Amino acid sequence: MRLTLENVTKTVREQPYLYDVNLDLVSGSFNVLLGPTQAGKTSLLRLMAGLDFPNSGTIREDGTDVTLLGVRKRNVAMVYQEFVNYPSFTVYENIAAPLRRAKRLAAPQVDARVRATAQMMHIDHLLQRLPSELSGGQQQRVALARALVKEAPLLLLDEPLVNLDYKLREELRRELREIFRHGATTVVYATTEPQEALLFGGNTVVLDAGRVLQSGPALDIYHCPATIRASQVFSDPPINLIRANIDPQGCRLSPSVAFPLAPHMRALRPGDYRVGVRADHIGLTGHAEYGCLIRAKVELAEINGSETYVHAGHGDFQMIALLQGVHEFGLGDEIDLYLDPRRLFVFDGAGDLVAAPGENAGGTGAH
Amino acid sequence: MALIEFENVAHSYLRSPARMEDYALRPMNLAWQHGGAYALLGPSGSGKTTLLNIISGLLRPSAGRVLFDGRDVTDSSTVQRNIAQVFQFPVIYDTMTVFDNLAFPLRNRGVASAEVRSRVSEVAEMLELTDDLRRRASGLAADEKQKVSLGRGLVRSDVSAILFDEPLTVVDPYLKWRLRRKLKEIHKRYSVTLIYVTHDQGEALTFADRVVVMHDGSVLQEGTPQELFDTPTHRFVGYFIGSPGMNFLPCRLSADGAEVAGQFIPLAAALRSKAAQATGLEIGIRPEAIGLKGSGKGLAVEIGDVVNLGTRKVATCRLGEHEIKVVVPPEQPIPSERGVLEFNPAMTRLYADGRLVG
Repeated sequence: MRLTLENVTKTVREQPYLYDVNLDLVSGSFNVLLGPTQAGKTSLLRLMAGLDFPNSGTIREDGTDVTLLGVRKRNVAMVYQEFVNYPSFTVYENIAAPLRRAKRLAAPQVDARVRATAQMMHIDHLLQRLPSELSGGQQQRVALARALVKEAPLLLLDEPLVNLDYKLREELRRELREIFRHGATTVVYATTEPQEALLFGGNTVVLDAGRVLQSGPALDIYHCPATIRASQVFSDPPINLIRANIDPQGCRLSPSVAFPLAPHMRALRPGDYRVGVRADHIGLTGHAEYGCLIRAKVELAEINGSETYVHAGHGDFQMIALLQGVHEFGLGDEIDLYLDPRRLFVFDGAGDLVAAPGENAGGTGAH
Repeated sequence: MALIEFENVAHSYLRSPARMEDYALRPMNLAWQHGGAYALLGPSGSGKTTLLNIISGLLRPSAGRVLFDGRDVTDSSTVQRNIAQVFQFPVIYDTMTVFDNLAFPLRNRGVASAEVRSRVSEVAEMLELTDDLRRRASGLAADEKQKVSLGRGLVRSDVSAILFDEPLTVVDPYLKWRLRRKLKEIHKRYSVTLIYVTHDQGEALTFADRVVVMHDGSVLQEGTPQELFDTPTHRFVGYFIGSPGMNFLPCRLSADGAEVAGQFIPLAAALRSKAAQATGLEIGIRPEAIGLKGSGKGLAVEIGDVVNLGTRKVATCRLGEHEIKVVVPPEQPIPSERGVLEFNPAMTRLYADGRLVG
């Protein structure tokens, strides 16, 4: 199903929740709705489902106006953060419920669909159990199976894995990715985690404070965030943002840190900017021609087994550098960090992107 | 401040437990050094919250003794043990201001008001809550409330330990970085014992000096993040730590190495002799310890799915019926269809029936 939103606005008790949202989700596409808590993700999903109605604007399914059509009259499935199942029904009956309600299929077909969907979600051995006898991960698998069994042309997933263990999330993400890869269903998946957007790799819609900041393929946005805010929402660890002054001689970040302009920065007009650099583009060694040395003081080093996150300060700005390997640093140690100017994003005073590196800028990276 | 010890502590929620499976926590001896930053890591149902509740005194263990600095506190309450706690969801008084919420644990213990003011402003400063002190807690967003909740746990300077039960679960990724950093700063400044329960391996490894990995009511391994990453003593630890987790490949010993699906992986002679009589052998190797190239010496594999996660690429390779995940830098080109894997010998481990050999 192709889902189109035109100038959709939603206000609740005079509080604007969504401003002028325009989206065009093509049939069979996988779409990630990425934004922090209270960005408007759930509000938007509820409009898409017909659980709420917009104050203005139009919602179309395959061109047909469904703006004021309630959820019961739409063909949509939804999965929530909380595990929502019928407590007194067995797993089998939970999955069968949407098919029985629709009354379109004969009993043997219902049975076949329930079993096939249960198998796909790896819960076929649990069909006779009650939800209360299942673990959290299994309960969410049942809720997902119930949403999938309808084969609705539109499937809405509202942070469905957030209440699951980290490792279970890893497994389910991977399975969902396989299931939706070749499907005809249009899927909208809401999350706060940039890693999920990259992992699913479909179309990503970056939402913040009720507005769509940017949409497009996940990696394209990652490599070319349109605004400072989009770059922040789409980074984990947080992107480093540093005030900069640019003139034809070069770019200055502080009285002691300056470097010649990298090729992608040369067309910029002289003035004040903010540069953005991702944590993995700051390293302990510099490129001979393009390295920019920053002498910084270590505030914290976090080691995760194979990588080190160094939090360090220089003058009035702070950075997080992601270093490969395990590096021990003490609090207050002076270290030399290098950033590669070819990897910098440059934002203007309004916070809009004015220069971005290419995807493979800087060859093999800063370290 | 205290050394916390478990002496044969076990717990069952059943009245008359008969079998080992009846125990949520199986008999264990453990010590938490004064001033350490610990993470208790495990999936849900592994017993980590039970363990935490036994330390805090919310739960009396069905067997064994809990000692604080050698003193038996098994029957003492949380207040008597002088433990501060932070839970997964904010526990604050909505009708009070942020200041009064932070002051509550101090006033409750009769701390003088000048001291209350100075402690509250110090903690507020650290958590960036200074501008919110006069606000009513009911007006705060969910993550701000969690900050206040953290502040209430941190405000007292005289506690034996601060316990955290998944405190960052409801917090956005962006704020998680800042709050985790705050916790570590506080740990450095006051050298108070912190025990942090989580199911998130990334959070555990970055937060803790020592991580305790739990599974099925037992402690499988305790060690530094690097020990757990480099040398998991159990298959489960290898799987649970790291993202993606360790690769495991069933193998047979051959003349000078191991054979997997008809191909050869070099193994040290000492390791091979230790495993000579062992059963259920598997090679264990981290995705980060494998090199991937187009051709040359190594394991010939088929290359399937490749995901670019921004800071790294994860490639899924197939060797016979086995799957091998490989992590490479995002800039590295990945050959299509076929490639060759090179295992770092210093990071290649051998497991027998799920346990580390050597």
